[in-house]
Amino acid sequence: MTRVILALAVLILGSTGGEIAITYGMKATGEPARLRPRALLQFLGRALRNGWFWAGVPLMALSFYALLVLLSWEPISLVIPASALSYVVGTLGAKYILREQISAARWAGVLLVCAGVALVAAG
Amino acid sequence: MASERRLRIKTLVMVLAMVVCANAGDLLLKRGMSEIGAVQLTGAGLAHAFWLTVTNGTIWAGIFFLTGFMVSYMTVLSWADYSYVMPAGAFGYALLTLMAVLFLHESVSPRRWVGVLLIGVGVLLVGQTKPRTTEVTSEAVA
Repeated sequence: MTRVILALAVLILGSTGGEIAITYGMKATGEPARLRPRALLQFLGRALRNGWFWAGVPLMALSFYALLVLLSWEPISLVIPASALSYVVGTLGAKYILREQISAARWAGVLLVCAGVALVAAG
Repeated sequence: MASERRLRIKTLVMVLAMVVCANAGDLLLKRGMSEIGAVQLTGAGLAHAFWLTVTNGTIWAGIFFLTGFMVSYMTVLSWADYSYVMPAGAFGYALLTLMAVLFLHESVSPRRWVGVLLIGVGVLLVGQTKPRTTEVTSEAVA
C-alpha cells in the first residue's frame, strides 16, 4: 500500500512539476509574434533554449515511468482515476508557484473536471 | 474588452487544436501498432518491430499529430494560465467518449456519462474565467 501511494505521489508530482516548469519556461519565452509557421519556428527555437523547459522534460519522463510501474501493480481502472488528482495538485501549484489567480469559478470547474475524469476513466 | 475577447478565442482555438491532435495522435499510434502486431520481447523481435515501426506510415502520421499537440501546448502556455489550459484540455476525455459512441458504436456505462457531464460543466466554468491572470514577464517584453 505504501509503495502504491509513493509511486502515485511520484506520478502526480512529476507530471504537475514538469508541466509547471514548462509553463514557467514558456511564460519566460513569451508568446510568438504571429501564429505563422516562420514566427512559430523562431518561437520554438527560443523555447528549446530555455532551461526551465529542459527541467520539465525529465520530470515528465519520471512521471511516465511511475505510471508504468503502477500499472504493473494495480489495475488501470484504479490508476487512471487516482491520477485525476493531478488536476487539483496542478491548480495548487499554479496558485502558489506560478502565482496565478484561481477564482471560485475556476476552482469549481477544476473540481468538477477532476471528478469527471475519475468517473470516465473508471469506465 | 475587445483584446480580452480575442485572447479567449485564441486560447480556446489552441486548446481545441491540442485536444484534436492528442486524440488523433493516440488513435493513429494505436492503429499503427495493431497493424504491426504483438511485439516479441527478444533482441531480434525488438529489432524487427523497430524496423516495422519506422517504416509504417500510420505511425508517422501519429507522431506528426503528437508533435502538433506539443507545439500547440507550448504555444498556448506562452500566454495562458496553466490552471486554465490544464482543466480545459480534459474536454478531450468527453470528446473521446462521444466519438466512441458515434463512430465505434460502443456502449457507455451511466457512470461514464455522469463523468462526461461533469467534465463538460467543469470546462464551461473554467472556460469563462480570465485566460491569463499573471503579468507579462520582462523577458517576454524585451
